[in-house]
Amino acid sequence: MCLGIPGQVVEITDAASMMGMVDVSGVRRAVNLACVAGDGPLEEVIGHWVLVHVGFAMSRIDPEEAAATLKALEDLGEAMAEIEAIRGADRMMEGETP
Amino acid sequence: MKYVDEYRDGALAKGLLRAIARAVRADRSYAFMEFCGGHTHAIARHGIIDVLPQNLRMIHGPGCPVCVLPMGRLDAAMALARDPAVTLCTYADLMRVPGSHGETLIRAKADGADVRMIYSPLDALGLAEANPERQVVFLAIGFETTTPPTAAVVKAAEAKDLRNFSVFCNHVLTPMAMRAILEAPAHGEEAGPRLDGLVGPSHVSTIIGTDPYRPFPERYGVPVVVAGFEPVDILHAILMLVRQVNDDRAEVENQYVRAVTAEGNRIAQALMAEVFEHRESFEWRGLGTLPDSALRLRPRFARFDAERRFDMSSSGGRDHPGCACGAVLRGRLEPWECKLFGRVCTPDTPIGACMVSSEGACAAAWLHGSRSHSPDVPEEVSHV
Repeated sequence: MCLGIPGQVVEITDAASMMGMVDVSGVRRAVNLACVAGDGPLEEVIGHWVLVHVGFAMSRIDPEEAAATLKALEDLGEAMAEIEAIRGADRMMEGETP
Repeated sequence: MKYVDEYRDGALAKGLLRAIARAVRADRSYAFMEFCGGHTHAIARHGIIDVLPQNLRMIHGPGCPVCVLPMGRLDAAMALARDPAVTLCTYADLMRVPGSHGETLIRAKADGADVRMIYSPLDALGLAEANPERQVVFLAIGFETTTPPTAAVVKAAEAKDLRNFSVFCNHVLTPMAMRAILEAPAHGEEAGPRLDGLVGPSHVSTIIGTDPYRPFPERYGVPVVVAGFEPVDILHAILMLVRQVNDDRAEVENQYVRAVTAEGNRIAQALMAEVFEHRESFEWRGLGTLPDSALRLRPRFARFDAERRFDMSSSGGRDHPGCACGAVLRGRLEPWECKLFGRVCTPDTPIGACMVSSEGACAAAWLHGSRSHSPDVPEEVSHV
């Protein structure tokens, strides 16, 4: 029930009732956008990625933060692989079989 | 799917597992609770338990709205469904939860009651508009994630002056349940587990933000890391918790920065505050009666409150005597430590709520298994 699904807002269908269409994995769904609206016109949310729960967009996804998290985790993965490689090399130097 | 697949990436997960394995100290153990049932499900589904270091244990929390709904409220909903004037609408998860006498909403429906499974509260509102001769009741449950949508439909019903729509409100509040877990005594019937850290919920936190968790590190010395729902998110949060424990820090940290902020979603919060007020207390299955832990409609919306429109005196229903859902919800018992688990209680024939909901700890343990399974569960029932 709490498992929202990411989708991209593609169209405003009824600004008065805050309804729009969200593309969720290629399927267009009518979604209430009231909770992700900004101060300006509702059209402003078109193109944004949102998390959809029970027919409502409940939060926007920040693409920059998403990219920064992935970058940090990729760097961590590389660092870990490097450490393992160094440890593997050390063991080889000590005469162990890898 | 964008914003999902990246966080299921095997290479990223491997890097995180290596980092966790390097970070954990051999001279101590780590016990973390994932509060949210969505996390419980993801941890089981992706086999995370099986790849974590042996001295790192994940304990399931009470963050499954269907599981914590007490029997009395469920019985009241069942009685409402049998009212010939009523169309009762609710989410799929609730349809198969057994009430006091093993009765379920789906059984009531088969017997002729007008029970509708809906995806969105907007569907319930639509049913009320389309069927003015029916009393349409939305059986609302959930933590803060599903609360703003309920608030939105109550406001819409007011705007449309709908006379035949009401809400049976069972919305509950995450921070009070977390507090109950952290304040549980170390010993006795009501005991809780020893906790070194909490994985905070993903989507509840998009609404309330991370600020409401700040008292937990301050008061109880327990770190909280809010995490996304994907396996890479969860592993990342576990690494962040291990680092806090090792550094002797207790802080609120946010792993799910792409969707969660410190202050949360102000629009959704305003909507909730406009429509709902806190109940003085509310009964939770497993956690008992907790003050200030649930919501009801404000007096302005009293005419949309099913508890005022219908006679809903609680029957004070009882759980099955052998069912250990309460202890499982408190993190005291693992699902397979319940004597009913896998024998008489399975997803096909659930006795307790934790076996019904996809977010329930017992359903997750049954469907996905794990290394910690009790060896005495017969082979033929230990796999689906």
